[in-house]
Amino acid sequence: MSFSLEVLGSRLTWTWRRRTTWRSTARTPPSQTGGPSSPSSPSSMMNQYREEEEEELFITVDHPESHVTAIETFITYRVVTKTSRSDFDCSEFEVRRRYQDFLWLRSTLEERHPTLIVHPLPEKFVMKGMVERFNDDFIETRRRALQRFLDKIRDHPLLRGSPSLNVFLTAQDLAPHRKQTLSLLSRWGGTVKMLSQSLRGVRSRPEEFSLMQDYVEQLSSKICSVDKVSQRIVREQREYVEELQQYSAPYKTQSCTRHLSSTLIPVLHDYLLCADTLKAVMKRRDNIQAEYESKREAMERRGDQEGEEEEEEEVQALQEKVEVCNSSLQEDWSRWRSSMRTDLKTALLSTAENNVQHYEKCLAVWETFLLSQREEGSEQKEEDVP
Amino acid sequence: MRRGSEEATSVKRRMAEDGRDESVAADDDSQHTAEDGRNGLNNTMVEESPTLLRRMEICVAEAEKRSGKNAVNMQETFTVYLIETRPMDALAEGRNPAPDSLWRRYSEFELLRNYLLVSFPYIVVPPLPEKRAEFVWHKLSADNMDPDFVERRRVGLENFLLRVASHPVLSNDKILHHFLTEEHSWKEVVYETGFQAKADSRLKALSATFRVRNPDKRFMDMKHYSDELQSHTSQLLRARARVADRLYGVYKVHGNYGRVFSEWSAIEREMGDGLQSAGHHMDAYAASIDDILEEEEHYADQLKEYLFYAEALRAVCRKHELTQFELEMATQDLISKKQQHEELSTGIVRTFSFKGMTNKLFGQEAPEQREARLKLLEELIEEGEEAVKDKTVECEEHVEKAWVDVQRFKEQKDKDLREALINYAVMQVSMCKKGIQMWSNAKECFLKM
Repeated sequence: MSFSLEVLGSRLTWTWRRRTTWRSTARTPPSQTGGPSSPSSPSSMMNQYREEEEEELFITVDHPESHVTAIETFITYRVVTKTSRSDFDCSEFEVRRRYQDFLWLRSTLEERHPTLIVHPLPEKFVMKGMVERFNDDFIETRRRALQRFLDKIRDHPLLRGSPSLNVFLTAQDLAPHRKQTLSLLSRWGGTVKMLSQSLRGVRSRPEEFSLMQDYVEQLSSKICSVDKVSQRIVREQREYVEELQQYSAPYKTQSCTRHLSSTLIPVLHDYLLCADTLKAVMKRRDNIQAEYESKREAMERRGDQEGEEEEEEEVQALQEKVEVCNSSLQEDWSRWRSSMRTDLKTALLSTAENNVQHYEKCLAVWETFLLSQREEGSEQKEEDVP
Repeated sequence: MRRGSEEATSVKRRMAEDGRDESVAADDDSQHTAEDGRNGLNNTMVEESPTLLRRMEICVAEAEKRSGKNAVNMQETFTVYLIETRPMDALAEGRNPAPDSLWRRYSEFELLRNYLLVSFPYIVVPPLPEKRAEFVWHKLSADNMDPDFVERRRVGLENFLLRVASHPVLSNDKILHHFLTEEHSWKEVVYETGFQAKADSRLKALSATFRVRNPDKRFMDMKHYSDELQSHTSQLLRARARVADRLYGVYKVHGNYGRVFSEWSAIEREMGDGLQSAGHHMDAYAASIDDILEEEEHYADQLKEYLFYAEALRAVCRKHELTQFELEMATQDLISKKQQHEELSTGIVRTFSFKGMTNKLFGQEAPEQREARLKLLEELIEEGEEAVKDKTVECEEHVEKAWVDVQRFKEQKDKDLREALINYAVMQVSMCKKGIQMWSNAKECFLKM
């Protein structure tokens, strides 16, 4: 894993900075289990290595607040960072970010790592059924999605060290950084234009990526179905609870509905959005391959002419780029798949567990009732028998 | 208010047990057969009580569709029910003789019940199962030919017969015997009793309800109670039907998970098995609601029985009002006749009377006419006194007998409803356990993902 990171690092022109010394205990990590004794002993070297591997970084998104200006009203979220990483100047940061800032972070990450799978953000608007953009439920759902987004970035072995993330988490004012990116964007736009001119589609996509494409299509349709079923269950359960409340008191089934809505459905939603992300990533990979192929063909057509060497180098570089992108995508793909499996498994488990608990609660109520009745009954019987 | 709802909730208990047994009425001293899952205690109670049921085992075994011509000579389809009877002593001796049987349709049961209502106006007569399906929720059809409905009606009819046959007063009635033993001549026999002529007109009864002055307070309280019982049970039944509908929806939608998980598992490598088996559990979960709600239907039926019992109770109260009113009328009539007599004989007019007026206007009548009228009045007074005596007796007898039966009914009701509620709770417990089982299984499958 680390070897290929080195390779990637040099190719993709940012460096993976490795910590070589353990910082002094003045900057203590949030969860302290025990510090090294002295910097040069073998055990502390081991500790260093372990600490480096852990690279602790904790991010929380909370405290949404509404801001009203002359032009617009928007919500900001407080983003709190606690870290022991060396690429951060302090161990704690607190900033306020709005949705646009998250969008900036994500698009920056996508630009720099076009063939990595960057977790999607919640949608900008939810059209149906939401008149008030600043409805409490909406804000809470969005807050949780933003939290998940940052957690995913933090967990990603490559993205977590990104300087954009650092800036996002630490800079009080994001504006100057966003301006920089704007110029980057325009450069990127130019590249894309160039590409599209020479684009004729990919000649021979490696099979694994075709399979990936197919799988993503199918998966997104399945997850969509699961989502629909879950939404329907939520609706039915809500109606059931409403009827029950007119009927008798001892039922408490609110927990069922809220649980599905707060646990399973958001996760499904994220993975629905992932489908689009994955398609975009594969498109970009295809484009990179297409660029290489078109350059190579152009070179072959020109045959033996001047400027061959330069062109050859270019083509060579592009070929390497394709290989690097493919392998990085492959790795990220398997990381993503394993992460998806975990997420869905956890969410489904939690749903099942919640249902079990619901039934256990009901069972307790009925069994208590029965017990009380049977006691009454046996008391009466004793009275009858003289 | 509270009392009514208490009764209603305890009904739910009894329903579970009865529903499970399938053999019906949990009336302790009415219980019957050797097949009864419950203990021998019930059998001894049957022997002790002096009712028909002691001598005869009764059940409504089957239902069949028939076609025939009806009263207006049109072809119609109807259902008949097989009533089987066996002598109890034969069973006690260990013999197993073939049962005597005959077929009856619902309208004949209705006829029997109407006869009992008229002949025993002081008895709270057990009700029949409903004529048409009410309080349905969407899955249940309101069709009288629907096999589920027919089956539930069969159980209800058996329940009715058992209750009647175990009633200390009703079980000795000859017409009831005939009903159980003579298939073809029964109708004639019933009509010959002329009971239809004895029935009180609705109008008479209604007018009595409004105009009676001194009804027995206990009966007024009883009437009030029966109104509450009726309103609470019907509210409960309505709410239950709606809740059943919703619950059905929740469970069935989970079945969609089954389908989707199954499809999804086809495209997954590692998660495939877990998803597939979880899907099966979701299917099982969705299917389980059918049995649950079918059982619940039994309890609803038991609740309905008491809904209809409320009507029977009210009928007894109305009869009291009627007899009391008739007594008051007869008394009033006697008093007025006596007054007239007094006026005529003494010449003193106490109250305004038409005769007095005409006398003043046209002069007194001749002495012979006066004598004749006095004579007539004396006869009428004698008749009136007889009438008052009879009515008093009738009223008092009714009050006495009715009160006894009302007490019996109350005891039976309390027991039944309590048992029903307990059994309903037992069913709920089992349903919760099933739910726990299914979702735990699903959890296991998810863990394997």
